[in-house]
Amino acid sequence: MRIEINGTPQEVEDDTLDAVLEELGHPHESVATALNGEFVARGERGAARLREGDRVEVLAPMKGG
Amino acid sequence: MAAFYGVTLDSPMMLGTAQYPSPKVLADAFAASGAGVATVSLRREAGGGQDFRALVEGLGVRVLPNTAGCHSVKEAVTTAQMARELFGTAWIKLEVIGHADTLQPDPFGLVEAARILCAEGFEVFPYTTEDLVLAERLLQAGCGVLMPWGAPIGTGLGLNNRYGLRSLRAQFPEVPMVIDAGLGMPSQAAEAMEMGYDAILLNTAVAKAGDPAAMARAFAMAAEAGRLARGADPMAPRDMAAPSTPLIGKAWLE
Repeated sequence: MRIEINGTPQEVEDDTLDAVLEELGHPHESVATALNGEFVARGERGAARLREGDRVEVLAPMKGG
Repeated sequence: MAAFYGVTLDSPMMLGTAQYPSPKVLADAFAASGAGVATVSLRREAGGGQDFRALVEGLGVRVLPNTAGCHSVKEAVTTAQMARELFGTAWIKLEVIGHADTLQPDPFGLVEAARILCAEGFEVFPYTTEDLVLAERLLQAGCGVLMPWGAPIGTGLGLNNRYGLRSLRAQFPEVPMVIDAGLGMPSQAAEAMEMGYDAILLNTAVAKAGDPAAMARAFAMAAEAGRLARGADPMAPRDMAAPSTPLIGKAWLE
């Protein structure tokens, strides 16, 4: 299935957000996620089903003012 | 010191974590400033996020995540929700930007986002203008702190609208307020504190100084001086001179 992760189209095997993070090697505990613009809490990622064309954002801490 | 959502800070200084030449310079600037709060953000994971988290945790200060760069209510709210989970704090510096050149807040979006976030239990620090009506609406939305700009972000122009900032301070004497953005020199920080503001938040003026640690220290001392002066009940200015040395007993020497 082809989805967009952080703005980059990517082919993934799995179909839940949790599994896709695992598949792509993102550290579960230290990122925050959104699916199609909606926040997905850490505990809800396993139930978050992905569909073709979905937009996933995976964010990490960054410097800021 | 005022309490920000029940948290009393030792220092009136809040400092950003962006634009420093190196992590060490950042850490030195924080140490020199004694700042009790560090602003942070969140961006797409590209490696390095965890190093930055470790750096910030090492500062031993409270973290204030921002929604910098958000131009819509939805973006800002989602970013805040992600920040709360990522940084483990209900504090959020709410930015809803309305104008590309001045980075002026969108007052309408700001109030709407503040209402949503306050209802969700966030402790919102809204980046706002000095507009009194907007301030009232933000307080009605549930904000317990206001953060009016001194001048547009990154300009170093100082306190652009002194009358407006004085009015805002006088209008809501019980509300903790932070001058956020636009400060360029320590004298401006002192003036903000003399006006009765409870803290200052800055980044660029320290990070872009030739010696960030020295500038951080200078800002901290200026802010502390302004805070002390405000508490010391300053004299009222007057137009005509008034001699301070007694006239009585002066010799006749013509």
